[in-house]
Amino acid sequence: MNPNGTLFMPPQASTSAADVDGLFYFIYYASILFFLLVVGVSGYFAYVYRRQGAPKFTSGIAHNVQLEFTWTVIPTMLVFLVFVWGFGSYLNNSVAPKDALQIKVTGQKWFWAFDYPGGSNSVDTLVVPAGKPVQLTMSSTDVIHSFYVPDFRMKQDVVPNRYSLLWFEAPNEGVYTLFCTEYCGAVTDTTEATWKADGQAKSANKFKQKGHFNMGGVVKVVSTRQYEAFLESSNKMGEGISLEVYGEQLYNSKQCATCHSVNGSAGNGPTWKGIYGRQEKISDGTSVKADDNYIRESILEPGAKVVAGYQNIMPTYQGQLKDKQIDAIIAYMKTIK
Amino acid sequence: MSIYTEPIRQTPAPTARPTVRVKPVMPEHHYLNSPKGIMSWIYTVDHKRIGLMYFFAIMMFFTIGGIFALLLRTELLHPERDFMTARTYNQFFTLHGAIMVFLFIIPSIPAALGNFVLPLMIGAKDVAFPKLNLASWYVYVVGSLFAVFSIVTGGVETGWTFYTPYSTTTNGSVISMTLGVFILGFSSIFTGINFIVTVHKLRAPGMTFFKMPLMVWALYATAIIQVLATPVLGITMVLLILERALGIGIFDPAMGGDPVLYQHFFWFYSHPAVYIMILPGMGIISELISAMSHKKIFGYTPIAYSSLGIALISFLVWGHHMFTSGQSELSATIFSFLTFLVGIPSGIKVFNWMATLYKGSISFAAPMLYTLTFMFTFTIGGLTGIFLGALSVDIHLHDTYFVVAHFHYVMMGGTVMAFLGGIHYWWPKIWGRMYDEFWAKIACAFVFVGFNMTFFTQFILGSKGMPRRYYSYLDQYQPLHGFSSIGSYILGLGFVVMAVYLIHSIRNGKIAGKNPWGALTLEWTISSPPPTHNFDETPKLIYGAYDYDRVMTDGENITFKDVTTVSNGDDHNGNGHNGNGSKRAKIEN
Repeated sequence: MNPNGTLFMPPQASTSAADVDGLFYFIYYASILFFLLVVGVSGYFAYVYRRQGAPKFTSGIAHNVQLEFTWTVIPTMLVFLVFVWGFGSYLNNSVAPKDALQIKVTGQKWFWAFDYPGGSNSVDTLVVPAGKPVQLTMSSTDVIHSFYVPDFRMKQDVVPNRYSLLWFEAPNEGVYTLFCTEYCGAVTDTTEATWKADGQAKSANKFKQKGHFNMGGVVKVVSTRQYEAFLESSNKMGEGISLEVYGEQLYNSKQCATCHSVNGSAGNGPTWKGIYGRQEKISDGTSVKADDNYIRESILEPGAKVVAGYQNIMPTYQGQLKDKQIDAIIAYMKTIK
Repeated sequence: MSIYTEPIRQTPAPTARPTVRVKPVMPEHHYLNSPKGIMSWIYTVDHKRIGLMYFFAIMMFFTIGGIFALLLRTELLHPERDFMTARTYNQFFTLHGAIMVFLFIIPSIPAALGNFVLPLMIGAKDVAFPKLNLASWYVYVVGSLFAVFSIVTGGVETGWTFYTPYSTTTNGSVISMTLGVFILGFSSIFTGINFIVTVHKLRAPGMTFFKMPLMVWALYATAIIQVLATPVLGITMVLLILERALGIGIFDPAMGGDPVLYQHFFWFYSHPAVYIMILPGMGIISELISAMSHKKIFGYTPIAYSSLGIALISFLVWGHHMFTSGQSELSATIFSFLTFLVGIPSGIKVFNWMATLYKGSISFAAPMLYTLTFMFTFTIGGLTGIFLGALSVDIHLHDTYFVVAHFHYVMMGGTVMAFLGGIHYWWPKIWGRMYDEFWAKIACAFVFVGFNMTFFTQFILGSKGMPRRYYSYLDQYQPLHGFSSIGSYILGLGFVVMAVYLIHSIRNGKIAGKNPWGALTLEWTISSPPPTHNFDETPKLIYGAYDYDRVMTDGENITFKDVTTVSNGDDHNGNGHNGNGSKRAKIEN
């Protein structure tokens, strides 16, 4: 395992990375050899047989059975070797060990949600124990996404209405980048309007955009003890603090903040400032009061009553928020005046 | 074995030996000026004019697509927002891809250059169906108008692949863009049918299949793919439009459809389409490398067969675009295996080109510089395909910049370099005038350096994990992104220089004469620009397309190496079927 990476490859952080890199560098060196052969020989011929003076009759040589046989058979054998090697490690990476830890992954525009055994969950940060095989059962709620951790050499598309599986074992503790690698769009035009409306947001860094390019997160590989502590604290989240404070934590950790501001500025969704009790115009022309039941419905069934002027893009939080968490979010909303 | 000795006149040999170089003059009448008038162009059925009209249309879209590319690279100079929003960025990369693929590179060599040279190379007066040929151009224009319409009315931000369910749910003018692609497909099919029939029916007397120039073989193999694969794209686009407009549910998981089915349909066309793009490029290289080094092409038969082999296997490898999509392990394995098979014929071609240089008389004029550039970049493009064919390595590299770099090395480093080589090679035939060789070398150097700076960097970015289609990126990728962007400016500069000297040469270039390269294929036996009806009389073959070991010509005079021994055959392989023993060529006036 190479923790620092090489010129071409990022650090190795999973049990299968070394094998993938081994094949990568095998092809790499074979390619360099063939490249030097083709370019070297061509360049040599081009120099030696450069035209000097008037054109002349040249050799009629146009076949050489031994040569042609060689340059057909050797590359064929080499690519066959590459095929078998790639196939072997692909199969190893396809079949998860029986005792693998099961985690459910949900991809949505534009965040990742993780559900652990025992009911804990997290968003954009996947916490796994070091040295234990982990199997991810993944699906999407909207378009196709793809779960990619370069340091693990692991990638799998996440498709709506279907489960796809991926497993890995990360031997060392650390924090590794997670990307989405299936193109899934970006912020809607309403946010562009925000940028223009929000006079302060001149600096590019402050310009908040969301989309395929930053649908990512991290995989935190921790010790088994820390992992268990994480599960416990995640289960206990909200205990010992007020509902309002817990709601504010959820506002950030569950990605509500991506689209809903709390300071009144526009976004992909209506601002939460003063939302509780507000009379909202619905896209079908009627209006509704944003009371507890409307908010609960909007969280679990976002498409039911979309506020006029916004698109129906919010993912459902059905199964991702417990009742207590919804209560906490509503309690937090009440505090934003 | 030489077949006949009769055409070798005793007369030209002694008189032509001390070749008198006559100063070339422009022919009074040629296809560019007769007939005259705008209507004669609008209604033209002349394959040369249609080729030229295609050329102007595709170069316009190449320019637009190129400008989009430079804007993208500029935004990518820094991870922060430079001047466009993420959504605009998504539209630009979608349009860059869609324009370059559907409006530029697919028609580039077959419809523009191929239209011009194919009938000339086989000694025909025109293609088999001249009106269908004109229709294909107008269909292309209509299709491109739909694409332009979609750009003007909100743009498209689905990626050029239009993956469902994203493409069926997002905003933008997806329908007009896909309808444009649907229509463009017909233009491609028309050209394909035309070329197949032309090659079968209109070859000059004596030109058997194995005496055809390799460019013709390549265009023929391409035409087969165009005719067989493009209808699948058309059907896919129609299904996508129906899905979007009427919600028929075939790709919609919520209605029991399958979004991955779309990927199968799409790549069933789009992988063979990759060979629609590269095969004609390989054909050009086969011509150029032989003509510019005045050397018989090495391995004529393997090159010809490998074109057909590539065309057939190309239909069976589409699943290698989908190793991470969730297709079964068994399909992934089969597709991986077949992918390696399709690599072998390409490798054979490269080795044959390399061997052609051996004992040649190699000129370094612009067409050859692009040929050597092709050998350099296409080899990298081909070898990096091996990485992507290997299952476990592809899992890591899929949808990263490594893939972006790979297909740019094949499509741009391969097809576009061959296209540029072809333009520089046939330019004097098309216009009757020569471009400035000095500036051509400068431009080629810019293109070579710029291209490799831009795209080699992206291999490293990709294998380091940088995903494609990202508007922004982690700071660790910044130096490589910056380097790549600077490379793209150098590349762009190369194209600007090229545009200037090429346009300048149309009116002011030196008069080229019939055959400035001393090449042996039939198009060089007629005046430049060619007469409206190509050949004044049916051309007769007296030497092979690659007989540089025994024939030399400047278009006016032909010199045979050893007239008296021709009948005994200086035929090295003795199989007599690759143009070796067969003599062909020039019309007597």
